[in-house]
Amino acid sequence: MSDFGSYEEKYREFDWSIAGAELGYSEGTPLNIGCYCADRNCERGLGDALALIWESNSGEIRKYTFSELKLHSNACAARLAELGVAPGERVCIFMDRIPDLYFSFLGILKSGAVAVPLFSAFGEDALRTRMEDSGATAIFTTRKHLRKVRRIREKLPLLKHVIIVDGEGMALEERESVFSAEKAPTVESYSAFPAEPETPSVLHYTSGTTGKPKGALHVHSSLYAQYLTAKWVLDLKPGDVYWCTADPGWVTGTSYGIIGPWSLGVTQVVLEAGFIPERWYGTIEKFGVTVWYSAPTAIRLLMREGEATVKRFDLSSLRHICSVGEPLNPEAVIWSQEVYGLPFHDTWWQTETGSIMITNFPGMKIKPGSMGKPFPGVEATVLDADYEPIAEAGKPGSLALKPPWPSMFRAYWNSPETYSAKFKNGWYITGDRAHIDSDGYFWFVGREDDVINAAGHLVSPFEVESALLEHEAIAESAAVGKPDPVNMEVVKAFIALKPGYKPSPDLELSIMNFVRKHLSPLAMPQEIEFVKSLPKTRSGKIMRRLLRAQETGEEIGDVSTLEDD
Amino acid sequence: MGMKELIIDYVKDEYLEEGDETEINEGTPLISSGIVDSFSMVSLKMFLEKTYNISIPDERATTEAFDSVNGIISLVKEFAPGAE
Repeated sequence: MSDFGSYEEKYREFDWSIAGAELGYSEGTPLNIGCYCADRNCERGLGDALALIWESNSGEIRKYTFSELKLHSNACAARLAELGVAPGERVCIFMDRIPDLYFSFLGILKSGAVAVPLFSAFGEDALRTRMEDSGATAIFTTRKHLRKVRRIREKLPLLKHVIIVDGEGMALEERESVFSAEKAPTVESYSAFPAEPETPSVLHYTSGTTGKPKGALHVHSSLYAQYLTAKWVLDLKPGDVYWCTADPGWVTGTSYGIIGPWSLGVTQVVLEAGFIPERWYGTIEKFGVTVWYSAPTAIRLLMREGEATVKRFDLSSLRHICSVGEPLNPEAVIWSQEVYGLPFHDTWWQTETGSIMITNFPGMKIKPGSMGKPFPGVEATVLDADYEPIAEAGKPGSLALKPPWPSMFRAYWNSPETYSAKFKNGWYITGDRAHIDSDGYFWFVGREDDVINAAGHLVSPFEVESALLEHEAIAESAAVGKPDPVNMEVVKAFIALKPGYKPSPDLELSIMNFVRKHLSPLAMPQEIEFVKSLPKTRSGKIMRRLLRAQETGEEIGDVSTLEDD
Repeated sequence: MGMKELIIDYVKDEYLEEGDETEINEGTPLISSGIVDSFSMVSLKMFLEKTYNISIPDERATTEAFDSVNGIISLVKEFAPGAE
């Protein structure tokens, strides 16, 4: 493993221009992430190097070089141009982790359009909300996912092009076309959109406590931070075989499942299949994975699976392992050291930050359970109720970052007020609570709001409650995060039924499946409690805080505005 | 209807999109193929518990056990020996 060197020295002498210099960027020239991830690697002699090793659900393996990545992404960009999709227009990607997802992502960026990755398990409500808000004009999808798109298409007047990447031979409907980057005529040279540092690149939707999901808009210069953090934190180097287990429907899957590693010219492994411990260990062994970036939920499930399974595989290729999504419990760090001979390095960041902000660096002393220290170039602190930094070590406050940094989100799409509200007294307010110890390590304390962190993915209680209210039996509902030993939190719903309906296991199952299909499996309540009525303020607002406290055992706090005692 | 058919029908009805003709038999991978994910497993587990009046401990409801209808049948039979 690399030694990060003197943290203090790196932090003191840091300047983001280091990234620009290493990437060979000079001011005034185009900075298009699509080209930096594909074409630039070809230009520097890595054209024949493997960019992607992909294994399908059924075990089929396909390999692509950086030259192929360049050609296939060129083809996608050219296709968008043929269709008349203009730079700045939003183009969604809605498919499983198949190679076309990666080609289309880079192709969209090369074309100058804004990529909007959507989690492939989204139900039609979740899909529609995001597509509607983004005003997407095109979508890359597959036969499997097309049905959902067709069901909502009439409600999306701006959507002009539905591009089906595996649709050969199928009956098409209006506005649909079939396009496969691998089968399309080769586009050797494509004149990519000359993106400037502030040109929008990616729109990732994330959940808040209230209102619809918010689209965090990123720009092409996010590359600086994604490149440098992938190099310094994930410790990626030439010759590495890297595996990020995140789905590109979420920000980790694009920042570190596409942009970071490929801007460094590193080979990545993508496994289409879902989580099965033996399949995961088999992937590390088969492809000789050297650097592995995963999530606490998966790590805890692997812990539960035990050491005996680990011993059946040769994991000796691993040299560095990291985690993201929710706080990594100390036991997991200690366990991984014992079982893999390597400690998991926790990293902390958000959709809005675009890249790793606080982290445990390679070679740095890990305090198990800690988020680590801020990345050089990132000023982090905890604030008191007046948004002033707290000087006292160990005192919890609102975790905040000093803007700007290259991968900082530049807007919430269509929500300037919500964006402005995230900045107070010159700080970006993350929504997390933390404390800083006397050695400068940050420790996660909890969320400041009601957002539910289900296995590292934020779920909006508002979105769940809205979906629940569409169920014929439900009069009112509240969704809260229930602590869970594996997933950190799962959704628990409190439900008051309409007259004529009675609680039953059948109804419970029907409600769970209803939310799963309309939103996503992550948003599905894993537990339902039927109640006669929900606690409300005098103004009629449901007091989630009270219900959450019931689940977590927290102090209930001020209930003076409660409707019913 | 036997247990195998009942579970296959449930998986098709609940986890496949309408019109999806994907063939599902007792050996079809469910989790590793992405038909059912680890979160959705909870509702599948609840369906089994409700149908066979059993309680499957969380530590036994692993992704391996739920990865095929055959695996699920073995698990259910452990807790409901008489079920067919």
